[in-house]
Amino acid sequence: MKKTLIIAFAAIALSACGEKPQGMGGAKQDAAPQTGTGKAYMASGWKAGDKTSWESQLKARAQGSQNEYNRIN
Amino acid sequence: MARMKFVCDAERCIECNGCVTACKNEHEVPWGVNRRRVVTLNDGVPGEKSISVACMHCSDAPCMAVCPVNCFYRTDEGVVLHDKDVCIGCGYCSYACPFGAPQFPSQGTFGVRGKMDKCTFCAGGPEDNGSQAEFEKYGRNRLAEGKLPACAEMCSTKALLAGDGDMVADIFRNRVVTRGKGAEVWGWGTAYGSRQAGKPAGAK
Repeated sequence: MKKTLIIAFAAIALSACGEKPQGMGGAKQDAAPQTGTGKAYMASGWKAGDKTSWESQLKARAQGSQNEYNRIN
Repeated sequence: MARMKFVCDAERCIECNGCVTACKNEHEVPWGVNRRRVVTLNDGVPGEKSISVACMHCSDAPCMAVCPVNCFYRTDEGVVLHDKDVCIGCGYCSYACPFGAPQFPSQGTFGVRGKMDKCTFCAGGPEDNGSQAEFEKYGRNRLAEGKLPACAEMCSTKALLAGDGDMVADIFRNRVVTRGKGAEVWGWGTAYGSRQAGKPAGAK
């Protein structure tokens, strides 16, 4: 009985020495862009959730709108 | 895919500020905050050169290094973003950034400095893609819509290029090789005071 009381007292006393973690949580997890937005504003020609399709869409868009040497020649 | 990058072709930029306007409109950026701006060297002098500057989404971003609350993160595409719920508005990133990208709204009571705001490469933030919360904090998430940043897509002369780093480098290289000039305008010489910087090739 006495031993149990000592252990219980020690446990209560030592609990004050505990410390909550104070590390910085940092930024929240962000979803990958290829998951899409599910909104009507999404560009057509690619499938949400398919990374290869999304990359192809961006490459086609970049070449089509920014590289006029490709369009003209 | 390589890292997402911006490149501005100084031979093409006509200082129209279309990129600045497109950015402010697309993301409904408040007064006093400019995620993008046009910088001109030798303004008013014949041969002046301009480039459009915003967050360059550095591969080794100094803002990330100095942030005391670790609010920055880098996406798999190399876009440097931040979490406004974690940002404390201390301004360290502003001092660390060589491009002056971090902006701070000061419309609150007594002009108190708010959370940092910067170019997101039109990739939104850590809220759900396309959500109202993401739009209100970070602006539109065009990358998740399968589009490129509005500033580059709106650029009338296609001076501002955005997208996969390898691809925009190829487009720019092709232009320089075809016209035979234009790569020398901006670089270390310009940043550190070369007397030839910004002048036509062959000029003294």
